[in-house]
Amino acid sequence: MDFISIFSIFVMACFVGYYVVWSVTPALHTPLMAVTNAISSVIIVGALIAAAAASQGDGGQTAKWLGLIGVVLASVNIFGGFAVTERMLAMYKKKERK
Amino acid sequence: MRHALIGASALLFSTPALAASGEAVNPWVALAYLVAGVLFILALRGLSSPETSRAGNRYGMIGMLIAVVTTLVTHDIASLPEIGIAIAIGGAFGFIVARKIAMTDMPQLVAGFHSLVGMAAVLVGVAAYLNPGAFGILDDAGEILTVSRIELGLGVAIGAITFSGSVIAFLKLNGNMSGAPIMLPLRHVINLGVLAAIIGLTGYFSVMPTVDSSTIFWTILVLAFLIGFLLIIPIGGADMPVVVSMLNSYSGWAAAAMGFTLGNTAMIITGALVGSSGAILSYIMCKAMNRSFISVIAGGFGAESGPADGAEKIDRPWKRGSAEDAAYMMKQAENIIIIPGYGMAVAQAQHALREMADLLEEEGANVKFAIHPVAGRMPGHMNVLLAEASVDYDKVFELEDINSEFAQADVAFIIGANDVVNPAAKTDKSSPIYGMPVFDVEKAKQVFFIKRSMGGVGYAGVDNEVFYMDQTMMLLSDAKKMCEDIVKAL
Repeated sequence: MDFISIFSIFVMACFVGYYVVWSVTPALHTPLMAVTNAISSVIIVGALIAAAAASQGDGGQTAKWLGLIGVVLASVNIFGGFAVTERMLAMYKKKERK
Repeated sequence: MRHALIGASALLFSTPALAASGEAVNPWVALAYLVAGVLFILALRGLSSPETSRAGNRYGMIGMLIAVVTTLVTHDIASLPEIGIAIAIGGAFGFIVARKIAMTDMPQLVAGFHSLVGMAAVLVGVAAYLNPGAFGILDDAGEILTVSRIELGLGVAIGAITFSGSVIAFLKLNGNMSGAPIMLPLRHVINLGVLAAIIGLTGYFSVMPTVDSSTIFWTILVLAFLIGFLLIIPIGGADMPVVVSMLNSYSGWAAAAMGFTLGNTAMIITGALVGSSGAILSYIMCKAMNRSFISVIAGGFGAESGPADGAEKIDRPWKRGSAEDAAYMMKQAENIIIIPGYGMAVAQAQHALREMADLLEEEGANVKFAIHPVAGRMPGHMNVLLAEASVDYDKVFELEDINSEFAQADVAFIIGANDVVNPAAKTDKSSPIYGMPVFDVEKAKQVFFIKRSMGGVGYAGVDNEVFYMDQTMMLLSDAKKMCEDIVKAL
């Protein structure tokens, strides 16, 4: 994709983000941070590409290991972020009282 | 060699080897990343109400699964076992931490997670720099594309700032480091200089031939780690909601920058979402403190909370009450509004507080909780704690929704909050918190104020008129113990 198409997607996504986030209820701001944390770990895609690439010289070998460490860090975040969000959201409930 | 992780999708997404260059030629691949991006939007959309939020979180998980599987099946993978182990190690650790963490420690956890995103962005950026061929960012002459160099430079810089800044935020929130601002002389000059150097070097990096550029690349990285550290150390504990939100935003921009490098829609959409989310939260927090973003980032707020003016106010008369007094008077009350603050989190008083509220409701009182946007150490911190203690979220109100009700309230029960109920914010122009929206507790017929001692003042270091009002009764004790005592007395 050329730069301008990518940039267009980016700008549009910023607007989508703006409107979506304003509609989040303040009571859920902490889960919002936890879940944005989890999804920003989509950076794992980059780490996977680095880790998966066939080593080309010294740089490739180092890049592979850096990629693998990146995969570990991003995985902590993905699993941890979604799990802790799930745990928090399970607590928000309306009780049936009397 | 192609590993068919999921047979069907591998067939569906099978691409020529060109895909390894990051240029997704197969429209299915681009589509899969787009679907992942849309699912992430739905994940945030779900948070507009507690009912839809759980489904939203699932959408997020599915989106992530799609993004990971798509990446794995469309690249020639030379090291699948290692990748599997890496995911297993990271995933298991993250999962266990997420299960075990106490809800009061959420701010630290979130700051810690931000640092990992930042570091991951740095690692990806460095890997792309070392092995540009695998990321498809080489031109015909074997040089890294100019636009990719700018993205890489910015990406690693933002990632590094996110990392070191979040580490400091984590240490401050976790109590490993004093929450007090650390003020270096000339810090504004130093910070601006370092920032300018990073931007200048990134520009220089983009025009240099690849072979000579490595020193510049590493310098950008080191300076970015440094600036993240320098930016956060002068910021005090109670400004942390803004800092955590800001770092949240940065982690998003870092992911977006890497998304540009890879031409990956899922990363760009996510980065933009997270970036705007953090920015909006920072804005909300700043507005709730009536402070500009710049003044928070400049830091130092709360540094001069002087014991000097602490001396004079001891003389003023105030009333001390006991748990029995409070219990007796609240039994008669009809409308009770509880205002929790960071002190409640520190004392872990949320469960005892809920028990107290339940008993009062049995006595026929109408109990509501009022939460200030900046109460606690991160946005929504108090809401999570009350939810943990299974307080019905229908009883929890935001500042602007409940503030008019104090005039009808029989009791305002303040537990671990201070600055957010200080009327000086409305009246005293010289006060550091002037202009901050606060709860009108002085309109309530009776005020109970749980505080550990009369000595300490709030974060802003200002005396609070509420202590000395006729209708105020100070309950000097640990917040949790006081709630338990009131429960007993009820």
